[in-house]
Amino acid sequence: MVFELLLTIIIVRYLKRSMKTAINLPKWDRIFQTIFYVAIALFILQFVGQGMEKVVTWSSHLILLYLVYVLYKEPEFKVARPVLLAVAPYILLQLFDDIAKLTNENQYEGWKNLLGVATGFSVVWMITMLFIINRQRKALEKEKVKAKEEEEQKIKVLSLKDQLEIQVQERTAELTKQKEELQTALEELKSTQNQLIQSEKMASLGELTAGIAHEIQNPLNFVNNFADVNTELISEMEQEIQNGNLGEVKEIARDIRENEAKISFHGRRADAIVKGMLQHSRRNTGQKEPTDINALADEYLRLAYHGLRAKDKSFNTTMKTEYDASIGNIEVVPQDMGRVLLNLFNNAFYAVMQKAKDAIPNYEPTVSVRTKRFADKIEIRVKDNGCGMPTDLVSKIFQPFFTTKPTGQGTGLGLSLSYDIVKAHDGDIQVETAEGAGSEFIVRLPAE
Amino acid sequence: MKILVVDDESDIRTLFEQRFRKEIRNNEMQFAFAYSGDEALTYLTNLSHEAVLILSDINMPGMSGLELLKRIKQRFENPPPVVMMITAYGDQENYNQAMSMGADDFLTKPIDFSLLKDKLKSLIDDKNSGS
Repeated sequence: MVFELLLTIIIVRYLKRSMKTAINLPKWDRIFQTIFYVAIALFILQFVGQGMEKVVTWSSHLILLYLVYVLYKEPEFKVARPVLLAVAPYILLQLFDDIAKLTNENQYEGWKNLLGVATGFSVVWMITMLFIINRQRKALEKEKVKAKEEEEQKIKVLSLKDQLEIQVQERTAELTKQKEELQTALEELKSTQNQLIQSEKMASLGELTAGIAHEIQNPLNFVNNFADVNTELISEMEQEIQNGNLGEVKEIARDIRENEAKISFHGRRADAIVKGMLQHSRRNTGQKEPTDINALADEYLRLAYHGLRAKDKSFNTTMKTEYDASIGNIEVVPQDMGRVLLNLFNNAFYAVMQKAKDAIPNYEPTVSVRTKRFADKIEIRVKDNGCGMPTDLVSKIFQPFFTTKPTGQGTGLGLSLSYDIVKAHDGDIQVETAEGAGSEFIVRLPAE
Repeated sequence: MKILVVDDESDIRTLFEQRFRKEIRNNEMQFAFAYSGDEALTYLTNLSHEAVLILSDINMPGMSGLELLKRIKQRFENPPPVVMMITAYGDQENYNQAMSMGADDFLTKPIDFSLLKDKLKSLIDDKNSGS
């Protein structure tokens, strides 16, 4: 009997624990609790109550049967049904044993051995089954825990994903903002570059102004001087007329006529320079027109020279020109090509000026310009015997803003602009240079 | 006494000949012309025995007037010729440089001929009374 009661207690405890009846099935929890107490009461009664064996025995059977019934019948305990399978043989055998004892006392003695063996087997069966069930339950619980962990993991991942999405949105917004800022900066840079190009053009105009002023000054001096001479000569002539010295008068008259020719010659010279200056400062029409390349080169060579002279009075250089008379008129935008030539001349003069500062004995600064006609193209070569360039600089000189001059002395746009202009004329510009020996820039333009 | 005028502008000759027509006619002054520094040096070398007064432009292609001045002062020491510099750039720097290199006088363009005439006359008078 003791064993049956213990079994009852164990099953109740097992059901309460495994099914968590206190939370999930409070109605059944109360019932199990009651059974638990009854089983304990019966247990105590077993040892205390004399002659109560029969009551205890049958109560134990009833309780166990009730539990078996509950497990079998109630859908809530479906999962606990393997326990039923484990305990059922033993319970039934015990029940049968007691019934047999009660009813067939004679035959019982014959069955006793057989029942004992069956009981032994049923106990082994029960223990084995319970062991297996317990193991399965534990495995199941483990799996449940794992599933729960996975669920939690999934939730974590989802929340991480949400966080990431928010971050991505924030970053995207940031990037968009930066992109817009960069766009604005780029536009500002472009407009600054345009302004710089404009100021480079103005700077070259400024350099020219000094040269132009000097160029105009010389003919103007002659105009003034010859006009003064003529005034003098006329009063002299009047004197001679009074003296009746006709031969002298005639001679003076001839001189006056000659001087007048000089005055108008130098007047026209100044006029041409001013016209040239107007052409240079005139807003570029961008129109190609037949242009005398030799005349253009000569004009800008002089302007560049005097421009530098105006800045540095001690500067002096030999200029050599070798113009190919057969070059004819070439279709170019004169203002643009003039700017290219001016830039090349300025650079050449700058190079010889720098070298002259080194006070090398017998150094004769020389800048030369040569033009040459070929079958389908013309060539303009501007050469100096200045300081030259190291070869690693050659690839950079046509890049915008590259300059070897000290800050404030060069915009670094001169050669870059020149390159663009020559390219726009379908020509090309090259440099041959040797450090310490000088440079030669070669501009080639197509000629029909 | 010869006056050597050095200038790359060839019309300077006509101008001087007209301006000093009376002096030339009266043989008070004699002019020679050179159109570059090299020409001037050649002239001076060939006529080193003559007393010469030199009027030189500064701004010339090739050898500048200042370079010419330097060479004259180096090469012709006895008697040292009088050198007057003439330039369109009449600034202080240019003036100081010319004077420090031994120029005897400094004039700016456009040339004030009456002033030049006075200067030349007094120089010649000095020379004549001195010799």
